Amino acid sequence: MSGPQRLSVRNLSIEFGGVHAVEDVSFDVEPGETFAIIGPNGAGKSTIFNLISRLYEPSAGSIRYGEQDLLELPAHKIVHVGIGRTFQNIELFEQATVLQNLLVGRHAHMRKNPVSDFLFFPGVRRREIAHREKVEDVIDLLEIAQYRDERIADLPYGARKNVELARALCAEPKLLLLDEPASGLNNEETDDISFYLEDVKHDLGVTLVMVEHDMKLVGQVADRVMAINDGRLLAIGTADEVRENPDVQRAYLGVAE
Amino acid sequence: MQFLFKTAYNDDIRFLARTGEKVRVALVMILLLSAPLVLQDYYLAELGLMMVYVIAGVGLMVLTGHTGQVSFGHASFLGIGAYTHSILLSYGVPFTVSIIITPLLAGLIGMALGRSASKMHGFYLAIATLAFGILIETVFGEWASLTGGYMGLAVPSLKVFGVPLTQVWQQYYLDLLLALIVIWGAANLFRSPTGRSFLAVRDSELSARCLGVNVEWVKIQSFGVSAAITGLAGALLAHHLTYLAPDVFGVLESLKLMLMIVVGGLGTILGAIFGAIVVSILPVGLSFLKDILPPSIGQTAGIEPLLFGLIIVLVIVFEPGGMYGRWMKIRFFFETFPYYRKSSFVRQKSYLKTERMR
Amino acid sequence: MLPLNDVVHLAVTGIAQGCAYGLIALGFVLIYKATEVVNFAHGEFMMLGAFAVLAFSEALGWGFWPAFVLGCLSIAVVGYLVDSQIMRRIIGESQASVFILTVAFGFIFRALAGMIFGWNTRSLDTPFDGKLAIGSLVEISYDRLSIIVATIIFVAAIYLFFSRTRFGIAMQAASQNQLAAYYMGIPVKRLVSMTWAIGAFIAAAAGALLAPVTQIDTTIGLLGIKALAGAIVGGFGSIPGALFGCILIGVIEPFADYYLPGIKGVSAYVVMLVVLFVRPEGLIVQTYQKKV
Repeated sequence: MSGPQRLSVRNLSIEFGGVHAVEDVSFDVEPGETFAIIGPNGAGKSTIFNLISRLYEPSAGSIRYGEQDLLELPAHKIVHVGIGRTFQNIELFEQATVLQNLLVGRHAHMRKNPVSDFLFFPGVRRREIAHREKVEDVIDLLEIAQYRDERIADLPYGARKNVELARALCAEPKLLLLDEPASGLNNEETDDISFYLEDVKHDLGVTLVMVEHDMKLVGQVADRVMAINDGRLLAIGTADEVRENPDVQRAYLGVAE
Repeated sequence: MQFLFKTAYNDDIRFLARTGEKVRVALVMILLLSAPLVLQDYYLAELGLMMVYVIAGVGLMVLTGHTGQVSFGHASFLGIGAYTHSILLSYGVPFTVSIIITPLLAGLIGMALGRSASKMHGFYLAIATLAFGILIETVFGEWASLTGGYMGLAVPSLKVFGVPLTQVWQQYYLDLLLALIVIWGAANLFRSPTGRSFLAVRDSELSARCLGVNVEWVKIQSFGVSAAITGLAGALLAHHLTYLAPDVFGVLESLKLMLMIVVGGLGTILGAIFGAIVVSILPVGLSFLKDILPPSIGQTAGIEPLLFGLIIVLVIVFEPGGMYGRWMKIRFFFETFPYYRKSSFVRQKSYLKTERMR
Repeated sequence: MLPLNDVVHLAVTGIAQGCAYGLIALGFVLIYKATEVVNFAHGEFMMLGAFAVLAFSEALGWGFWPAFVLGCLSIAVVGYLVDSQIMRRIIGESQASVFILTVAFGFIFRALAGMIFGWNTRSLDTPFDGKLAIGSLVEISYDRLSIIVATIIFVAAIYLFFSRTRFGIAMQAASQNQLAAYYMGIPVKRLVSMTWAIGAFIAAAAGALLAPVTQIDTTIGLLGIKALAGAIVGGFGSIPGALFGCILIGVIEPFADYYLPGIKGVSAYVVMLVVLFVRPEGLIVQTYQKKV
């Protein structure tokens, strides 16, 4: 994986049986910036993420990351290009421990060979330890050390959110798609998340694209914002610009009387 | 309360880090190794058979317990292993060669099944594997020129490196050795990337994909590894049965394997071992029950499947974690005494339809 | 090449057989739509139904129809109890555990039937004697015809029930989101048990009607697995789909057995595997993608 690239989305559309979930959406995300996508529920925000992750097939449009046309790749190759993601409803491996989840996060960097794994050659052990060290760096960053050996199924919601983020970071992404990183969190936890995201941005140099409803968080961390409604683009600009946009206010933020 | 203070990453990777575990395993190993000194031939042979079922159980567990792919026709791989091994031996292939080729062949067939099954989920997968099992059983019966058809096939006698192993204790050590290798290897799988990718596919295909796991390929691998291990068990089983017939490897046997891993506890290797123990003890237990029940009930033809079914129902309803789950609760009880709380083991349930989708 | 007479005869008996599969599949699909549980033992309700009707007609010396109704009702009760006493306790467990549980039921039912009714093959007297001839080509015995008619009646009844009655609509709601249905005041648990009861009733009826054709013994329930295969071929999420698949299999079987004797008995599974290979979601797609 080379350095951070620009994500270019052009005329992206998808329909589900007549419903245009995403219609003709175009935007760029510059390397290193934090880009927020806002809009009412059902506007198509997560769908855009699912399109970028190649979980859905678009009916029209293109998605490029740097020189790479993402539509050529299957879903499991996306992380190799440097794009990671988290999920709105938390898609952790429930029956496994936090540590196991994080180690799977390193999967893109791991050599896996059933024969050498079955026989546990010394190289396997060495590599396990090397990956474990990388994972520990992420654990330190997100302060989840006390949960290392717990099963996900036993963890409280806030901890799971952190593990979800940690797992995505273990893949060493250059661009991170965050689907509602603060949903379900109280004010304190949301502040923690914003600090973590700042750390991720500055220490790791990761480009962040996030879907969010929490406007305070968006205001704190986002460089640029895109507003979506009914699958269509409403406005793109800085947080202030988008906030002032009358269409956005009507559709989502609320107009002051 | 027992705390484990870890000082190196190897402590997590190593299998037996706690003293308690080391002691328990050592004890079991001493018992197993000295069994021929203590047990009569009949019981020793049963113990060897249990080892074979441990191998088969681990094979199925890897696929169903760890990768979440239900397989209702797994006895077919036992059969493939048994028949392949016997046929190779009858053509003069040495044991040591056959014991390598047989799992490989079974593994390849498993991979082919895995490839077809990789798009299927839930009960589609279950019924497809069930149908596969039925078909293989039919093949065993119809391909008489190769397998002796419904008349059966005699298994050549056991000879390793040209040395005939006619004694029960010799066969026992062979079974034990291979069982230990398989257990060790499977445990290795799950502390390394391959095994973890299996777990990932089981718990969330979606996020596994987004982390770079090629889900289809993982399923193919899992089917392959599972079939290979089960095929190995089949080869050893042949030497216990000494005569093969297609219906031995039918749906009932597949069910016995399923019973093993469910009763033992899905998702753990120890569970497979527990399950094998239960399934091996079952016939003994059943004949015991038959004796104590009034003759009108105990001696009727259907009593075995009835008890079979009842045990499965009772275990699933009351202890879905299987014997392993019960074992963990017992261990936990002793470790945290007197602070044990039943609520530590509240069951996680999923009610929404979408939650149960993969 | 088969003479036309034989072709028609095989096709017609095949349709009747397919309808028998279809009646069992009806129960499967109902239970599946309500709870996402596949009851591997549904065929055993058919077997139990046949025995129950036999028992009522022999024990009470009543005619066929009273014994039929009572027999089917008694099996409906069994179905209700299976759900309310056992399945309810394991709501939310892993699918593997649930499958195995239902398979275990199959064992238990078969064994109990053998222990209660004996292991010999029995026969049931039904009022459907004789044959119906349409022209010189088509000839179908009344007992086979009764299965086809019963299928039409039951399917129509089910359709009306689910689309027109409060009960049916409530069941549809419960099948989509149990938690939400609870909040709406729908007695989800009772509805689900009722679904089991209805499914069992239909299977029992199929068993009784099929008795003249297959005779009654403890193994006839294994037809249920072929019904499952048929339902998968046609598409498990919908009743018309499942029926279509079952009839398809019913018709293919006698021809496959004639032309390829080695395949005897397993042609249903071959068709199913072929279909699953080509369209893993079934011919009529009914799976949902998880919304993330």
